[in-house]
Amino acid sequence: MNLKTKALKKSLWVYHMSGGSCNNCDIEILDCLTPRFDIERFGMVLVGSPRHADVLLCTGIVNKKCIERVKEVYKQTAKPCVVVAIGACACSGGMFRDGYQMGGPLDKIIPVDVYIPGCPPKPEAMIAGIVKVLEKLK
Amino acid sequence: MSALYILFCFVLVFLSFSISGMLAMWVDRKVTARLQFRIGPPWYQNFADFVKLYGKEVLIPEKANTFMFISAPFLGVIATTIAGTIILLVFTKQISFPADAILILYLLTIPSLAIILGGSASGNVLASVGISREMKLLLGYELPFACGLVISAVKSGATTSLGNILQFQQQNGMILGSFSGIIGFVIGILALQGKLGLVPFDLAEAEGELAGGALIEYSGILLGLFKLTRAILLITGPLFLISLYMGGVNIHSPLGIISGILKYLVVLVLFILIKNTNPRLRIDQTLRLFWGWLTLLGIVGIILAIAGW
Repeated sequence: MNLKTKALKKSLWVYHMSGGSCNNCDIEILDCLTPRFDIERFGMVLVGSPRHADVLLCTGIVNKKCIERVKEVYKQTAKPCVVVAIGACACSGGMFRDGYQMGGPLDKIIPVDVYIPGCPPKPEAMIAGIVKVLEKLK
Repeated sequence: MSALYILFCFVLVFLSFSISGMLAMWVDRKVTARLQFRIGPPWYQNFADFVKLYGKEVLIPEKANTFMFISAPFLGVIATTIAGTIILLVFTKQISFPADAILILYLLTIPSLAIILGGSASGNVLASVGISREMKLLLGYELPFACGLVISAVKSGATTSLGNILQFQQQNGMILGSFSGIIGFVIGILALQGKLGLVPFDLAEAEGELAGGALIEYSGILLGLFKLTRAILLITGPLFLISLYMGGVNIHSPLGIISGILKYLVVLVLFILIKNTNPRLRIDQTLRLFWGWLTLLGIVGIILAIAGW
């Protein structure tokens, strides 16, 4: 493993993208930043622009309006980047899988590296998912 | 003193200031985390960030002016390093020329200008909002900062040469010991806070609503260079303040170096305290603070300095 990959594993900057979620997963993502979980001790920071990001956290079924936007954000992200599908909706469509607005699930649109199911997943589950990301980066 | 020697000093300052600046940024992040009852990042965090950004892809937006977009971050790094080199050479008494304090004042403006140039070259709407704020911030803090410099210059007998200011302080004690000196120091701290983009004045980068502001389109090593500029500025700026008001750093004796590090830590702690106890100001509040209260305070300080207080 070279130095760059080692550094990447120590400093994952996270961009949070909502593909039409119900906001529940998004709140749980923000929970990871609170003092109880404090993901900054692993070097993870929430950034505002996909250009700065190493990890795309995608929540929600990707509805039809969002398909183009999600593709665009993925294109704008500086590679190497990891895509994480958070929540039952992003993983499989969840209870909305037969809905008329369903454009996803996420892995139909962009390549997904890690799935974290749950409605919403606990912050512990997300941290466990990110550990799987670190293994994948080897 | 040959050009080669100055080049050597430049490289030395670049390496040492960027390493110590990143450590200072870590102190900032760690103390902030502890204040919020978090654990905070490990000491090598900023180095890991930089190496990671070096390994990332550099994306150049379609609408961008490519030359300006790529050259702006280098401009900031070079200007701050030159300012640091001049300050270091003044400390070692190898160089001092008339009005070098004003030269450093100019050089410390260039990092903000680099952000403005880079942001405007990127052709992004949010970046243009960010640079308009950065521009107003720059206009705001330069005026009181210049007032602070004038206070120091008047106190040390109407000289703008950093060497003379230091010599005056060696003979008569540091300028911070007088009323006008305290005023100048307060102004300098707040102006540097604005230069560094720390929290009460971080409106140009506003992660929340501007998604990174002027730096929104930067990725990879170019973003890393902006972080590096900030790291070097976090050393150069306080060193400039220390030499203006706190008697500089005597690098010829170990005791002098230790006291210099303590002085630096005092300034850094003040930055972190202000950062963690204040919410972000709006641009109109920032301008009212800088052009109103702080400039008035600066003028009062100049009058006090002329009166000999």
